[in-house]
Amino acid sequence: MTGPSLETRDLTVRFGGHVAVDHVSAAFHPGELTAIVGPNGAGKTTWFNLISGQIPASGGKVLLKGEDITRLSVAARTDRGIGRAFQLTNLFPKLTVLENVRLVIQARARRGFNMWTVAMGHRDMIEAAERILERVRLQHLANQPVNTLPHGDQRKLEVATLIAMQPEVFMFDEPTAGLSLDEAPVILELIAEIKRDPGATVLLVEHKMDVIRSLADRIIVLHNGALVADGPPAEVMASAVVKEAYLGGELEDV
Amino acid sequence: MVRLLLSGDRPQSVLLGALLLTILVCLAFAPFLFPGTRSLETAARICIFIVLVASYDLLLGYAGIVSFAHTMFFGMGAYGVAIATQRMGTGYDALAVGTAAGAGLAAVFAFLIALFSLRVRAIFFAMITLAVASAVAVLVSQLSAITGGEDGMNIRIPRELTPAFRPFDGPVLGLNVNGRVLNYYLVFVSCLVLFLLMLRIVNSPFGRVLQAIRENAFRAEAIGYRVVFYRAAATVISAVVASLAGAIFAIWLRYVGPATTLGVEIMLDILLIVVIGGMGTMYGAVVGTAAFVLAQNYLRDWMGGASEATSFLPLVPDLLNPDRWLMWLGILFILSVYFFPTGMVGRLRGVR
Ligand SMILES: Nc1ncnc2c1ncn2[C@@H]1O[C@H](COP(=O)(O)OP(=O)(O)OP(=O)(O)O)[C@@H](O)[C@H]1O
Ligand SMILES: [Mg+2]
Repeated sequence: MTGPSLETRDLTVRFGGHVAVDHVSAAFHPGELTAIVGPNGAGKTTWFNLISGQIPASGGKVLLKGEDITRLSVAARTDRGIGRAFQLTNLFPKLTVLENVRLVIQARARRGFNMWTVAMGHRDMIEAAERILERVRLQHLANQPVNTLPHGDQRKLEVATLIAMQPEVFMFDEPTAGLSLDEAPVILELIAEIKRDPGATVLLVEHKMDVIRSLADRIIVLHNGALVADGPPAEVMASAVVKEAYLGGELEDV
Repeated sequence: MVRLLLSGDRPQSVLLGALLLTILVCLAFAPFLFPGTRSLETAARICIFIVLVASYDLLLGYAGIVSFAHTMFFGMGAYGVAIATQRMGTGYDALAVGTAAGAGLAAVFAFLIALFSLRVRAIFFAMITLAVASAVAVLVSQLSAITGGEDGMNIRIPRELTPAFRPFDGPVLGLNVNGRVLNYYLVFVSCLVLFLLMLRIVNSPFGRVLQAIRENAFRAEAIGYRVVFYRAAATVISAVVASLAGAIFAIWLRYVGPATTLGVEIMLDILLIVVIGGMGTMYGAVVGTAAFVLAQNYLRDWMGGASEATSFLPLVPDLLNPDRWLMWLGILFILSVYFFPTGMVGRLRGVR
């Protein structure tokens, strides 16, 4: 077996006296989908922020394919293969759907500093963006500004941009939050599709138990910033710590 | 061909297209269409300010960076030409060296300001540019041995660009072409090239990244663009183009002084024009500058005429007194911002 694609070692962040992520160590492998669960405020999003670089770590390390990326900028991590979809939709609101995807492709092609050609003259980038929009069934909205789209379509676009990044590590932070019962399956189907790629490492923060059951190969439980359980779904769900962590009844058993 | 020159950035409105074409034709044939020194001065000023304002729009409207140091860069180009001419003697080489030196200095200053301060919040960046620009303005008026201080410097340019030079024996198309007209065409062509260059830059992959950063810098970084570098690059490009506009201005005016290049009033004019014309459109710089400079230069005349024509009415002639022109300019500005919040270009394109 090859080494882990992503690893965090004793990763820690303190906000004042509050330890939001507390010495969390875990390794992730290609072809594996890990669900990350924990009550509100457990530190899931903050852990993600440490991995993708939005927040500097107070201690510990992030390794990508063995390389220490703890001190790298967000963009440099993205460039090396960390891909993130955000809990709160985070797009370019006034730009079109197509442009939102095209910009990702342009970044991957490292053409950002090209100042002497016309962006719209690069058919290859436009076509690549169109193909991705077709994959997520948004092609009919290609020329709409993003802020005119309903929430569900914006979430789809968020996933589309993550696909466009072609990262090694896909990080989803509650991708179905705020979606209706008929909107969520489209997103989940896309995640299942990504998971079928044996090279993809997928991290998924999710509250809904049925989603976790159908997608996850492994579950990690965070509680008060600490990793309290890590293992196969059946094992973790049966364990006592998890039940305790969820005494508030956070896991939605639908 | 036109598409290529405009970098695929169509005016998107027949009216705007017609207006831009009218301005282009008027500027291209200004010496023939509007003979007279004053109108040629106005035409040249419009050309130069289009470039100056467009370079500011690149920064403010595309990259979303607020800077108050734009006139400082404008001044660097102008003083570069003046100082080089004084040291090296009159000649095209002095003009070239001065222009290049001004542009180089502008690039270095812009890069340093950007690196030191683009990581901080936008408001701090704006304040730092204001501080640096004020310091440089004070320095320029103090170092009179080099810069001529408050009096500024006269610039001796090659004879071919002065009114004394007459390349043709008789009139051409009814106009006695002299060196001043040649100088005007130097201004016009340089400004046209610079404008088209900027139009290309904002429509390039790089320009798209700037717009993305303006929209959502957090996301731009997350999809892999090093935001600091792009902002720094935009600051440098904008500064270099402003300095080139300054060099052209100096060659045209044959004079440079703190008030004509570094003044706060010019910074305010630039801001007003960008807003009136329409931010983030490039074409806004063209229509905005044309409208603004014309109003600035001719409003007093028009008012004088209107004041006399209405002399039989009570109060009205008083209000139209040419001395009140600044008030009317202010009112025009407020009205235009109120009725065209997206600028003239936004209005013409039908955007609200
Ligand atoms: N930048 C910050 N400054 C101070 N405290 C922070 C910051 N970011 C997160 N926190 C705190 O860290 C803790 C963990 O928050 P986090 O958003 O990671 O939780 P979460 O597990 O993602 O919760 P949810 O399920 O609600 O999304 C919370 O107590 C939060 O208030
Ligand atoms: Mg969260």
